[in-house]
Amino acid sequence: MADRFAATLRTAREVGVGVLGAHAADVDQSSRFPRESIDALRAAGLLGIVVPTDRGGGSASLTEVAAVCRELGRHCGSSAMVFAMHQIQVACLVRHGAGVDHFEATMRRIAERGSLFASATTEATTGGDIGRSTCAVVPDGHGGFSLTKDASVISYGADVDDVLVTARAHPDAPPTDQVIVHTTRPTLELRPTESTWDAFGMRGTQSVGFQLHATGSMSQVIPEPYADVLARTMVPWAHLTWGSLWLGIAEDAVDRSRRYVRQLARKSPGVTPPSARKLAEVYAELLAVRAIIDKTLELYESTKADPVSARSFTTSLAMNSVKVYVSTRTRAIAESCLQLCGLGAYRNDSEISLTRHVRDLFSAPMMIHNDRLIDWGATTLCAMKDL
Amino acid sequence: MARVDEIRSIVAEYGRLGVDVGQVADEDSLYSAGMTSHASVNVMLALEDHFDVEFPERLLHRSTFESILNLDQALAELLDQ
Repeated sequence: MADRFAATLRTAREVGVGVLGAHAADVDQSSRFPRESIDALRAAGLLGIVVPTDRGGGSASLTEVAAVCRELGRHCGSSAMVFAMHQIQVACLVRHGAGVDHFEATMRRIAERGSLFASATTEATTGGDIGRSTCAVVPDGHGGFSLTKDASVISYGADVDDVLVTARAHPDAPPTDQVIVHTTRPTLELRPTESTWDAFGMRGTQSVGFQLHATGSMSQVIPEPYADVLARTMVPWAHLTWGSLWLGIAEDAVDRSRRYVRQLARKSPGVTPPSARKLAEVYAELLAVRAIIDKTLELYESTKADPVSARSFTTSLAMNSVKVYVSTRTRAIAESCLQLCGLGAYRNDSEISLTRHVRDLFSAPMMIHNDRLIDWGATTLCAMKDL
Repeated sequence: MARVDEIRSIVAEYGRLGVDVGQVADEDSLYSAGMTSHASVNVMLALEDHFDVEFPERLLHRSTFESILNLDQALAELLDQ
């Protein structure tokens, strides 16, 4: 197990350095899908690592996927985010679809072909509230369904093979009674509702709106209730893979700052540059981010098999708190690095440029908005009896 | 008022169901009826105040709030102590 994972991480590093890093600036400047990166990750077998080994994958745990995300984040934030979002969907399918013929076949296809998965949760009518849907699974009376969703965001939707879609369980269900539906080509149609994508950061994710229409068999509906999938898999996988790639971006920012400071120090040995002191402070913050991610990954791995503790208030609060903390601290770390490196980091065209890092990390507090998570945490803390 | 009816009126006030609480049977899922996890916490706080009890840590998970029946069972246990 340990050897296999060490090899996976080595592969991630090679692809990260050789492909992601080589195209990161162009992906950012051109605001385009990181095709070379995703193709290379697919070719290296990394898109299928979450699929169980007996279905052709690598049985990678969340802790292992998070480590890969962190490595990829050091080289290209957008590519790492596409990779993370794909793995979150695959994890939902593997953990909650196992045993169903349709999902068993899909797992084997992911492992064999490296099909790219995306997610359609946000809807024009519900905004960022993933707890509600307007669209519904409409049964056709013959074991099939149709589904139409006005998705305000499907990241990299133009380049995906499969989409997991949240929808009301049936046309009469209330907005919160949701299921997750696996939709796939050729009975999945995605029509972009916007013609341009030009954002502040994470520009390679191409997070635009689509009109989604899909048909299929009712066996493509994940059998477990959405709330279970959300609490047990989607939230921990999202918050910890994202958190890990944000950590990777912040680590690269700190590393670039370290190179800058070392150059200064070599020019005047014996005199500590003021920026070196700032770097030492930033480094402590980086360690704190690493620690909270590691600790929360341990919590996940130790509670994941037990549905009750995985869905307890304490665990949910930990999963949300890690996202809020890491998203704000990594952004602050990148900003501190930008300040301490000065003009070199402020430029787009220098070796130590940090503009992409800072811009990418500004997306972190907005993905599942921190305000929403903090509101939930505030209420939950009122209910808790023991911290 | 029977305890289960008191629970019903609190769920009606704080559960933010998508349907009328009268349409929800005691054993039906309140989550399927539209209650969010956020709303479930408010239901719990209101129940604690109304019945003058505290839901201990071991009961603070989704299934306690899954249905009116589950809430009634939890309260029966707490009021018995």
